[in-house]
Amino acid sequence: MSNHSAQIAHKHRDDVGSRMGMWLFLFTELLLFGGLFLIYAVYRHEYIAQFRVAAMELNTTIGALNTIILLTSSLTVALSIAALQKGNKILSILLLIMTNILAFAFMINKYFEWSAKIHHGIYPGSEHLLNLPNGQILFYGLYYIMTGLHGLHVIIGLVFLTTVLAFIITGSVNKNNYVKLENAGLYWHLVDLIWIFLFPLFYLIQ
Amino acid sequence: MANGTIAISEKSFFEEGTTKKANGILSWLLSTDHKRIGIMYLFSIAIFFFVGVIFGVLMRLELIAPGRTIMDAQTYNTIFTLHGVIMIFLFIVPGIPAVFGNFFLPLQLGAKDVAFPRLNLLSFWIYLIGAILVLISLFVKGGPIDTGWTFYMPYSVRTTTNVSLAIFAAFVLGFSSILTGLNFVTTVHRLRAPGMTFFKMPLFVWSTYATAWIQIIATPVIGITILLVMLERYFGVGIFDPALGGDPILFQHMFWIYSHPAVYIMILPAMGVVSEIIPTFARRTIFGYRAIAMSSLAIAFIGYLVWAHHMFTSGMSDTAAIIFSFLTFIVALPSAIKVFNWVATLYKGSIDPQPPFLWVMNFIFLFTIGGLTGLVLGTLATNIHVHDTYFVVAHFHYVMFGGTGTIFFAALYYWFPKMSGKMYNIKLAKINAGLFFIAFNTLYFPKFILGYMGMPRRYYDYLPEFADLQLISTIGSWIMFLTIILIIYNLVSAMLSGEKSIANPWGGVTLEWHTPSPPPLENFDEIPTVTHEPYDFSQLKTMKYIPKGETYE
Ligand code: HEM
Ligand SMILES: [Cu+2]
Repeated sequence: MSNHSAQIAHKHRDDVGSRMGMWLFLFTELLLFGGLFLIYAVYRHEYIAQFRVAAMELNTTIGALNTIILLTSSLTVALSIAALQKGNKILSILLLIMTNILAFAFMINKYFEWSAKIHHGIYPGSEHLLNLPNGQILFYGLYYIMTGLHGLHVIIGLVFLTTVLAFIITGSVNKNNYVKLENAGLYWHLVDLIWIFLFPLFYLIQ
Repeated sequence: MANGTIAISEKSFFEEGTTKKANGILSWLLSTDHKRIGIMYLFSIAIFFFVGVIFGVLMRLELIAPGRTIMDAQTYNTIFTLHGVIMIFLFIVPGIPAVFGNFFLPLQLGAKDVAFPRLNLLSFWIYLIGAILVLISLFVKGGPIDTGWTFYMPYSVRTTTNVSLAIFAAFVLGFSSILTGLNFVTTVHRLRAPGMTFFKMPLFVWSTYATAWIQIIATPVIGITILLVMLERYFGVGIFDPALGGDPILFQHMFWIYSHPAVYIMILPAMGVVSEIIPTFARRTIFGYRAIAMSSLAIAFIGYLVWAHHMFTSGMSDTAAIIFSFLTFIVALPSAIKVFNWVATLYKGSIDPQPPFLWVMNFIFLFTIGGLTGLVLGTLATNIHVHDTYFVVAHFHYVMFGGTGTIFFAALYYWFPKMSGKMYNIKLAKINAGLFFIAFNTLYFPKFILGYMGMPRRYYDYLPEFADLQLISTIGSWIMFLTIILIIYNLVSAMLSGEKSIANPWGGVTLEWHTPSPPPLENFDEIPTVTHEPYDFSQLKTMKYIPKGETYE
């Protein structure tokens, strides 16, 4: 970091190191999902026709809406970082709250989407599902696992962003020391990125 | 190396902590000092190791004669699973990086601490929680896990024992491993002392660095695999269940994509320790420094491509089996490079056979047997004959215990004076190393023959013709038990009432020998500047700390 006064104030601080640590961590998250993408690829290859049939059942509108929500939230968190760097604390806080609200909206959508499916008897182990051909069972199984794990990451991201929000309000994350906000932002971009892959794989390829 | 470093601190890290509380148990449990964390890992790991050993000895007792001896078959299944889980996930995988990596990585780099001290403490706690979860899984309803440490599908879904909790513990332990890995990578990149270029880093640092990358890249895959097993158990999704269209072989692929690289997580740090000990006791710079450093990275890389040699008999295509067999041979090359370089370093060195060095000799002998029998397993044709027999059991004990396990002891004997400031009984330590050699081969060598004769692994009972060799092996387990008790006795009594050690008893020259024993809280009073190659023994002349009674002019 170029800011000298800040470095003197915190002699153990290493922003480049913190960012590096975060990138490495994100890398492990990608690999975690990578395993699932691999399994998806294997089974999609094995059951092309049935995956297509099952995918028709998913609600593309909700999926698209959620994609827009997440993309917007990525934008707001990026703007929030920029605002803090420029010293505009209030704007930064507002944008971060926005991000949180959008994340929340994503989860609400997800809730309605899942409960509609469950209402129709489509959930792992359900009688309805077990009567479908194998390829469709696997499709829905993967659908629940992958979007579920993604949803879990949205929640973790929410907690992360809210914590940093508190730090900004109390002032320990500020114009001269914003690496925590940057890292939260990076994490949030990853959550967004993974969704951008999940969306076509489940909702669009038909 | 560190010319002009003056390290005269009044207080060692034992006397001065990072928390406000200067002493008491909390000053340890909440400490962010990498040295204290390393020692806490040492204590926990030593305890788990001992429990694992007891399980091993119990298994050997059961196998002393055909038929039932001391336990029933289900208990045996449980015990070999727990023995495997404890030894792999609680001892061998975290062992050297968590204890010695934590303690010595920053010291050898000339840093005050790791890059993320608080994260480091968190990793320790996550490790401990994972270990406690394993223990809890023994006692809650359902009974202890009986799948073997590989958790193979579909049995791990069908059995009614506590699989979910035990594998969740493995997930948690993996998380700890990832955090340690990313901490070390960042530390190496950010905190090297002035003058320490990558090619001036000690080889232990290199190998820990390569290991850290494997931890980061491989562990998430086992993480997701484990989560899938849990989901299968709770919801019956069908990913690995052929009845629902899934594929149990896919589980094996996912499992070994992690677990083969994991054997390099186990062995690479040990090889790093060997590369530290050999120059010190041969008083000679290491031969082929760059080749050793690079071969660590090569092992880390090629290690990813060979996982399916664990699955030759699982029903893969023949082409795939041949390719994986070939790749398995390739990965032996960088390991061999290291062994050649060690031997070349010893050639014409003035060897001082102190205990750490004797343990390294144990290692070279045992690990070579382990490695060569690995070729038998990597070769498609012979693998079919000895697959899942005692031959495999013998092989992996030679590699893991004879390899990494012995080096864990070597490292302990090498660095104990630095960590504790005390010296142990050298004579007893030497006897110990010899006893270990005898115990080890009595315990495990018969297993090669048993396996070759057709004794399958994980069996509770056996045919009468195996009885003699099984008996010899059991006797070996008693000598082994005695050896381990003696090691513990030697080190614990040194810690409690041993003689004070000088700062550099062996004449080592890497940075950790440039500071007092035990080191002060921030490792060095003045950040050292590095001007020498890591194993340049000419610097002994100018070093502040040298072995007793020696002068270098
Ligand atoms: C005194 C020391 C030890 C004794 C007596 C011992 C004995 C045994 C025995 C009898 C088995 C069962 C073989 C079978 O039935 O298939 C076994 C399995 C195993 N041991 Fe050890 N062992 C010892 C130390 C170690 C160490 C230090 C490690 C790891 C570094 C280790 C790792 C394993 C593993 C991974 C298995 C396989 C468990 C499974 O099949 O699920 N053992 N050991
Ligand atoms: Cu392997």
